[in-house]
Amino acid sequence: MSNPNRIKSAFANQKAFIGFLTAGDPDISNTAEFILAMEEGGADLIEVGIPFSDPVAEGPVIEAANIRALEKKVSVDDVFGVIRTVRQKSDIPLVILSYLNPVYFYGYDKFFAECKAVGVDGIIIPDLPYEECREVTDVADKYGIELISLVTPTSQNRIEMIAKESKGFIYVVSSLGVTGIRDEIDNNIKPTIDAIKRVTDTPAAVGFGINRADQAAELVQYADGVIIGSAIVALIEEHGANASDYIRNYVKSIKVAL
Amino acid sequence: MNNTSARFGEFGGQYMPETLMNEVHDLEKAYARYKDDPAFLEEFDVLLHEYAGRPSLMYHAAKMTQELGGGKIYFKREDLNHTGSHKINNVLGQCLLAKKMGKTRVIAETGAGQHGVATATAAALMGMECEIFMGKEDVKRQALNVYRMELLGATVHSVTSGTMTLKDAINETMREWCRRVEDTHYVVGSVVGPHPFPAIVADLQSIIGKESREQILQLEGKLPAAVIACVGGGSNAMGIFRGFIADEGVRLIGCEAAGKGVDTPEHAATITKGQKGVFHGMKSYFCQDENGMIAPVYSISAGLDYPGIGPEHSHLHDSRRADYIAVTDEDAVSAFEYLARSEGIICAIESAHAVAGLIRLAKEYTPDDVIIVNLSGRGDKDVAAIARYRGRNVYE
Repeated sequence: MSNPNRIKSAFANQKAFIGFLTAGDPDISNTAEFILAMEEGGADLIEVGIPFSDPVAEGPVIEAANIRALEKKVSVDDVFGVIRTVRQKSDIPLVILSYLNPVYFYGYDKFFAECKAVGVDGIIIPDLPYEECREVTDVADKYGIELISLVTPTSQNRIEMIAKESKGFIYVVSSLGVTGIRDEIDNNIKPTIDAIKRVTDTPAAVGFGINRADQAAELVQYADGVIIGSAIVALIEEHGANASDYIRNYVKSIKVAL
Repeated sequence: MNNTSARFGEFGGQYMPETLMNEVHDLEKAYARYKDDPAFLEEFDVLLHEYAGRPSLMYHAAKMTQELGGGKIYFKREDLNHTGSHKINNVLGQCLLAKKMGKTRVIAETGAGQHGVATATAAALMGMECEIFMGKEDVKRQALNVYRMELLGATVHSVTSGTMTLKDAINETMREWCRRVEDTHYVVGSVVGPHPFPAIVADLQSIIGKESREQILQLEGKLPAAVIACVGGGSNAMGIFRGFIADEGVRLIGCEAAGKGVDTPEHAATITKGQKGVFHGMKSYFCQDENGMIAPVYSISAGLDYPGIGPEHSHLHDSRRADYIAVTDEDAVSAFEYLARSEGIICAIESAHAVAGLIRLAKEYTPDDVIIVNLSGRGDKDVAAIARYRGRNVYE
C-alpha cells in the first residue's frame, strides 16, 4: 500500500539522495536488486522509470537504457511486479517516472489503483505540464499517489503557480536540455529554490547533470536533495547484471557528501 | 485566419516538457497578435504570391475523368509551388512569425526532406540560421534533398536514435529546442505537436482550401462532391479541408499510408489501425503496441511515415466529418505511374496516395459531381525510388 508520508520521510532532518534507474535494464529480474542496492548505499528515495519508446526528455545514456529494456519487452505490469517485490523487503519511498502515453494507454484509474496496491508513493510525468495536470490529478489523489511537479530554468514566472500546488517534492531541473552527466552545473539554482521556498514547504530536489560528490555537496547548500540518474544508469550499462556492488558504492560516495 | 483554441474535441492539448511551456505560450501570444494584423498578413500575402508562386492552379484532368468514368476530376496543383510542395506555405508564415518574435535561428524535422528544404529556403530568404534534423534512414533515402538543404545554407543532422525516421527526427528536434530555446523557433512541419502548432499550421495552409473553393465556384459554379488529400501528419489535407469543413455536402477524404498492407506490421495507417494516445505534445490517434509504446511504422513514402496524425484530423474522424482510407505502397506506385501516363504529371509519392484514393472512389460519382484532389507535391524526388521499387536499378 502507498503511504503519502513516505516521501516526506525522505527529506526529514536530512538532505535526500534520490536515485533513478530504468526498470528492466538490463533485465527485469535485476531491477529489484538494484533498487535495494541503492537503499543499502544510503538512497532516501528511488525513481523507477517505466521504459518508453520515445523518451524525449532523456539524453543518450537513459535513452539507451529505455531501448535495452524494451528489447526485453518490459511491460508496465512487469514494473509493478518489481515494486511489489521491493515492498516485501523495504519501506523506501518509491516514485514512478513515466511518459504520459503508457499511463494513458493502461487506463488512468487502473494505473493509479495498481500504484496504490503495490506501494508506489508518487509519479513524475515529464510530458505532463501544469496546464494539463488535471488529466490525472483527480484519479492520482483518489489513490493517494503524489504527482511530482517539475521546475526548470525557463519556468520563471510559472514557479509560484507550480509550487503552490506541488505535492511530494519538487523536481528542480538544473539545466536546459535533456538528462545526462554534465561537468558544470549551473550554480544559478539558488534564485529558483528561493522562489519555491517563498510559496511552499514542499521539499525541492535538484536533478539533471549531477554525477560527482562535490557537485551534490554544493547543490544541497540550497536544495533539499539531489537526483542522480544517468550516472547510475551508466554503471548498469557498464556492469550489467553485476552492477549491484558498483551502484551501492557509488550511492554511498555521494550520500556521505550531503 | 481563425481557430486557435487548444483542442479539437478531446484532441490536441499541450503535453510538453516544462522547459518549453513558456516558449509555447510566447508563441501563442505572438500568433494571437499577428494572425489578424493587417501588416503581417500583407507581408505573408506578398511572399505567397511573389515568392511561392500562388495562387496554385486548379487543373481539370479531362483525360483521367473520361478514363475513370466517374466524377469530374480536378487537381489542386500545390506541386507547382516554389520548392515543389505545399510545405512552403507553412514555412514562410512560421519564419515570418519567428522573425517578429525576435528569433534568429530556426530548427525543423524532416521526413522526405520536403519540409527541410522548404524551411532551409525560407531561412535563406529571411537571413536566419537553420538546422534540420532528419532520420538516418531518410538521409539515405533522400540524399539529394540533404544536399539541397546544404546548398541553401542549412546544417543537416542525421538522427540515429530509435527507428531513425520522421518520429525520431521530431524527438531530436524537440530535444534541441529544450537545449536552446531563447533564440530558436521550431518550425513544426505539419498540423501536429502541442497547441498552438496544429492551429497555426492549419491556418497557414488554409490558403489551399480558400483558393480551391473560390476557383471551383468560378469554374463550376458549385461546390465539389468530394475533396481528397493524402495524410501523414495531415497538413496538406487540413489546408484544403479548411475551405470546405463548413459545407456539409462536401465529402472530405484523407488517404493514409497502408505500406505493405494494414494487416501487416508495416504500415503507417494511424486512423485505420491506431488508438488514442498522447505523444509529441498532443492527444490524438497513434500507431502503438499493447504497452502504449509508439510503433515503428512503414511507408514507401517518407512524408507519410509517421505514427501519429494531427489532432484536428482525429476530431474530424471521430465526429464523422471526414473519412480516412488506407492506400498501400503498391496502389500508390500504380497511381503515380498512371498519373504520369494519363495526364503527364509526375507527382510526389505522398500525393500519389490521394490519387490512388481517387481511382478507388471516382466511380461512386457521376459526371455532374466534381472531385478535387490535392496534388500536394511534385515527384522528382521519388523517381529513382519508384524505379527501384519496380526492379530498375536507377540511382541519383
